[in-house]
Amino acid sequence: MSSNDTARRLGAVIQEHEQQILEAWIGHLNSLSFRKDAAVADQLRRHCTQLLSLLPDATVTGGTDNIEGRAWDEVRNLLAEISNQRAKQGSTPSETATFVFSLKQSLFAALREALSAEPAVLADALWGSTTLLDQLGLYTVEVFQKSRDQIIVRQQQELLELSTPVVKLWQDVLALPLIGTLDSARTQVVMESLLEKIVETGAAIAIIDITGVPTVDTLVAQHLLKTIAAARLMGADCIISGIRPQIAQTIVHLGVNLEDVMTKATLADAFEVALARVGARVTRIAA
Amino acid sequence: MERIPILRIGDLLLVSIQVDMHDRLAMTLQDDLTERIVSDRAKGVLIDISSLDLVDSFIGRMISNTAAMARVLDAQTVLVGMQPAVAITLVELGLTLPGVKTALNVEKGMVMLGKR
Repeated sequence: MSSNDTARRLGAVIQEHEQQILEAWIGHLNSLSFRKDAAVADQLRRHCTQLLSLLPDATVTGGTDNIEGRAWDEVRNLLAEISNQRAKQGSTPSETATFVFSLKQSLFAALREALSAEPAVLADALWGSTTLLDQLGLYTVEVFQKSRDQIIVRQQQELLELSTPVVKLWQDVLALPLIGTLDSARTQVVMESLLEKIVETGAAIAIIDITGVPTVDTLVAQHLLKTIAAARLMGADCIISGIRPQIAQTIVHLGVNLEDVMTKATLADAFEVALARVGARVTRIAA
Repeated sequence: MERIPILRIGDLLLVSIQVDMHDRLAMTLQDDLTERIVSDRAKGVLIDISSLDLVDSFIGRMISNTAAMARVLDAQTVLVGMQPAVAITLVELGLTLPGVKTALNVEKGMVMLGKR
């Protein structure tokens, strides 16, 4: 018996026993019960029904060996949609894959019942449906992974924008509290936002606070020096503050030259220097 | 022949570069500026590049050289009005203009020269 015949028989069995397979499948999924919730159960039933109604046609025209063909387009789209929804709802990859794999049990039961008279056909059909469901399951996981990756990329971008605020501390004094590791892309963003803020506020001095930078290696130091050089070209001086003892040691051991840059241990010290530079002074009001 | 105008404000000279620089123009500017520093007995020079969107290594070097020449004639040079994008480009090119003083705009540059 050729694989085409097997696919046809398989498709026919699914079509004939659609309702029976559906109930068994949903029952099985519920027994695994990831979440019990009316909305989730509704959605699950809708997904199962849609997938099962598309399967027979695709199986007959597309065969079970390869789900890349045009005949499987609709099924693939449906699975992609299901995966995306699940990724957004926070399902695990195994939950999503199990959704497809759990169809096996009920499908096999239906096949055994329908083809019990023809053992050879039954064996072929079982093999065909196994390879088919494996492929569909893997496809689901792949799409799931992709949509999770997209979510991660979007969050990274949001984080990048969030983590580089330039704040005005005083007339003509800006502060740039850096948090997290400085890489080339972030340096670019930091530099741009600092320079734009300098133009906007006409600031004469900017304090770059690196308390939140976990490590300073030669690359990070180079990025810092670049930012300072660019600010200087615009006519603003920079002070680096928040250098932890350990980082001071690392800088010296690495031979990074920060001699041309004013450095202070804390933001408070740097602020005092900055105030003196712009001709202001903070005094305590006598109690 | 086109020239870049040099304006006198008190004992300062103001040069506003608004056109694309090329070799000839740069040479003429350096000639004119050194002449004027001597004849006007200027104490300071302001070079305004706020209308330049693009500064290449040639202009960068020209500005450095001009500042060095002015310093020899006992006039301080302040480069004013650099755009953020220009500053980033120059830093990426490795041209940080070490000998040149900078200010955000002409007003601040004049204050800086006045303090001297």
